[in-house]
Amino acid sequence: MHLAYPAVLAVLLFCTGLYGVLARRNAILVLMSVELMLNAVNLNLVAFDVWLRDTLHAGQALTLFTIAIAAAEIGIGLAIVLLVHRNRGTADIDKLRDLADPPPAGSPALHDSMAAPTDNDADQARRARRQTA
Amino acid sequence: MSAAVQLAAAGPGLAAAGHGFLSPTGVEIAFVLVGLATLGAAVLSVTTRQLVHAALWLVVALGGLAVEYLLLTAEFIAWVQVLIYVGSVVVLLLFGLMLTKAPIGRSPDADSGNRPAALTVAVAAAGALVWVVVDAFRTTWIALDKGVQGSTAVSGESLFRHWVLPFEALSVLLLAALVGAIVLSRRSGHDSGQGVGPGPGQGKEKR
Amino acid sequence: MTTTTAAVLVPLLPFLGAAAGLLLGRRAPGFVRPLAVLPTLAAAALAVLVAVRQGGGAGGGTAPLTAATRLADTGSVPVDLSLHIDGFAALVAILVTVVACGVQIYSTGYLRDDPRYPSYAALVSLFTAAMLLVVYSDDLIVLLVGWEVMGICSYFLVGHYWETAAARSASLKAFLVTKLGDVPFLIGILALADDTGTFRISEIHTRLTAGVPLDHPTLIALLLLAGVAGKSAQFPLHTWLPDAMAGPTPVSALIHAATMVAAGVYVVARLLPVFASSAAALAVLAAMAAVTMVGSALAALAQDDIKRVLAYSTVGQLGYMTGALAVDDRGAAVFHLIAHGAFKALLFLGAGVVIHAAGTNSLAAMSRMSGLAPRIPDAFWTMTVALLALAAVPPFAGFFSKEAVLGAAEHAATGHTSGVPAGVGWTVLLAGLLTALLTAAYAARLWLLAFRGRGEPAPDHGRQPVAMNAVLWALFLPTAAFGLAYGTLPDWFDGESLTPALGTSVLGTGLALAGVLVMYGAWRHTSARAARAPLGAVAAHPDAADAVSEAEAIATHEAAYGSIAGARDPADPGRLLLGPLHRHAAVGFHLDAVYGALFVRPVRAAARLVRFLDREVVETYVRGAGGAPRLLGAAVRRAQTGNVQTYLGALLAGSLVLAVAAVLVAAGA
Repeated sequence: MHLAYPAVLAVLLFCTGLYGVLARRNAILVLMSVELMLNAVNLNLVAFDVWLRDTLHAGQALTLFTIAIAAAEIGIGLAIVLLVHRNRGTADIDKLRDLADPPPAGSPALHDSMAAPTDNDADQARRARRQTA
Repeated sequence: MSAAVQLAAAGPGLAAAGHGFLSPTGVEIAFVLVGLATLGAAVLSVTTRQLVHAALWLVVALGGLAVEYLLLTAEFIAWVQVLIYVGSVVVLLLFGLMLTKAPIGRSPDADSGNRPAALTVAVAAAGALVWVVVDAFRTTWIALDKGVQGSTAVSGESLFRHWVLPFEALSVLLLAALVGAIVLSRRSGHDSGQGVGPGPGQGKEKR
Repeated sequence: MTTTTAAVLVPLLPFLGAAAGLLLGRRAPGFVRPLAVLPTLAAAALAVLVAVRQGGGAGGGTAPLTAATRLADTGSVPVDLSLHIDGFAALVAILVTVVACGVQIYSTGYLRDDPRYPSYAALVSLFTAAMLLVVYSDDLIVLLVGWEVMGICSYFLVGHYWETAAARSASLKAFLVTKLGDVPFLIGILALADDTGTFRISEIHTRLTAGVPLDHPTLIALLLLAGVAGKSAQFPLHTWLPDAMAGPTPVSALIHAATMVAAGVYVVARLLPVFASSAAALAVLAAMAAVTMVGSALAALAQDDIKRVLAYSTVGQLGYMTGALAVDDRGAAVFHLIAHGAFKALLFLGAGVVIHAAGTNSLAAMSRMSGLAPRIPDAFWTMTVALLALAAVPPFAGFFSKEAVLGAAEHAATGHTSGVPAGVGWTVLLAGLLTALLTAAYAARLWLLAFRGRGEPAPDHGRQPVAMNAVLWALFLPTAAFGLAYGTLPDWFDGESLTPALGTSVLGTGLALAGVLVMYGAWRHTSARAARAPLGAVAAHPDAADAVSEAEAIATHEAAYGSIAGARDPADPGRLLLGPLHRHAAVGFHLDAVYGALFVRPVRAAARLVRFLDREVVETYVRGAGGAPRLLGAAVRRAQTGNVQTYLGALLAGSLVLAVAAVLVAAGA
């Protein structure tokens, strides 16, 4: 079999996953895209292992490890997403902007529009949850 | 598999004159078709506006990949793929979607604002990688008829002969992930145990 | 104690005194006066000892004392810490130490209540040490060190009354103008060392007398001359000296009359063979001397401030000395230097007493004040004699020294001095004779206006301190009698006779007497007007200390009389005699205005230009350098949205570009 087929398929899957990671808003969908990327890598590993006819089967062993690590990653990742959702009331990645550089004191407009609502919303959501619980 | 494949037996990585894009073998045709289906499912999975559908399309894509593994004679990997991914990871993702109160049905804001940028980067990356990969492996063939490379027996033997130590280390990693997931998803205080603790736990048990 | 040790101690003692005075001045005020007076006194004694042991120097047959220790091996021309004591050095050192002693003692009385007395005394000591270094040093670089230390001491001491604007600007002016001359002086020293291969004056002498000519004698001589003109206040760099009278009177006596301004003349005398090897340099020296003499004498006639009269007189007498040097007679020059140092120091110190007694430094105000002389009999008598000496009336010191100069000039004019053009001799002789007339006139004017005033009786401040009067009388001795040493002095100098020649003596004395008589006549004519034109304000408090009176007099002169230099006094005989020239003479023939137009205004304009360039052009770049990163930062801040996906997208795009570039490079595309 031509090696280019699995290789190109892996590339396309990887780039699809890349697009998903960059474009999806929901954190769980992002995780799914990450899975796609990991699987593309797995495909590559398997294809090259078969091509090279490796006596140690390094490619397949690594694929197994990758699958295991991907499972662990998805577990931890989901736990984090749930925690964020519980704390912030949302799992949307583009609303989690604590990394943003706080705007300078001289521009209150920016301050109002960007940084403050995020924090306030989160705090209000947390308070609301506390009350319901 | 025809005489062309016989020629490829000369050795992996050698350019075999008898092969050609215009004379595909049956395995190749099957691989390409399944690959197209997989790719389509993957694209739908990252573009659909229905979150649950995305997870289901992911199942299709991962299943397609399992078939591809089979076609590449890596049968153990294929079954592990089905068990872990289709069986547990996607289930886990679906649980995650539900626990985060993801909307059922079409949600118009499934994609964030930097979708064009993402598209550009992805297409550019795809173009660059495809170009490089095709350029590099244009004349490389896999000899699939030289025995099964990834049967369960072979895999198990190599795994427990050569890869025992990493395997055990991996089990420690999984334990750490399990503990981490439990700690992360525990609710502070002593309120109801309706957490996501079992989620990662399922993944562990499956292994 | 060997003579060398004594000679080393002469400059060292005042230096140590200055250091101790500066260190202890504030903490132990009781030690300040002894620390100021005693080292200088000891230095004077040692200088006399050195002179006696050294005897006649070169002229008397004794070899000059020379001792040297290598100070810095520069690689080309070494710098030595070296002594060279001949008759000139020994006598000038005595003059310096004696006048410095007198000034230190006088200052204990004059500045007795001054809060800055400790630093003042230390600076005077430091100045004395520097001057002695100049006098004794054989090495031009070491000499230059002393030269510059004197300059900076002069700057500080002129600015002693820094509360007054006049003193501040005068100190700056003195410093800058002398520096203007010092830069060519330094270049001249280096050029001279380059030509002769040594900094040692004695070795330069040996070389020149051995007949090895200099490569560029005129250039070197003119460069050195610039420094001398700055230091010795010769035209056209003399303008700082009259303004420097804003310093305390003892400082004027020490620095700006007796010693520092004489340093330039002394250096020329030491290096005279260098000058004598260029006829052009001698001609320039003669022209400079002539212009200086006549111009300063005319200006002195128009001054109102008693100290400025004396300052211009100093400039003129220094002109005599440079004139003597121009006709290649350093014996006469140094003779006049020493005699002038004595009587001019006496005149300045006496003027300090007069200013205190009168409460003003304005001659116009003094001429409306009667009975000033009986209040200060010591100052009156000593100053009278000193003025007679200044006017070159026999038998006082000034007569003999001035006649020596005129005799040397006549000698050169008649062609008896080899190497000196006759024109140089004639220039010096004629200018000297004219100046003798004018000198006598302004000396008479000063005496008449100060001591023969009519009007209100002078205020009574009681007797002057003994320290001050004692110094006056101590300086009175050389003023009156030093000239009689003309017979023995040639043994100390080059051996040329200093005896007054009959022709020039009669002519010079006759002109001096004529000057006195004309001035007396003019005074008789104008003094009647004094009563009709009331003028003059005695600003100082009657019982204030001397220095305070002087500082106030200086500070108020311009306010009271309209000008720092002159006064609008119709009763001034000088005004009558000078006629239309008076206006110009009072301001020093507008030389300051010329300098203002030539240097000050262009420099100010350049400064404004630089300021403009700095504020508007350079600052723009600076602001731009700050502003551009700020704008950039604002733009980059926009990118910091906190959206992880954006970051990741940018990261991946970047790595993609890098990967593609790497592939292209690897593929050799």
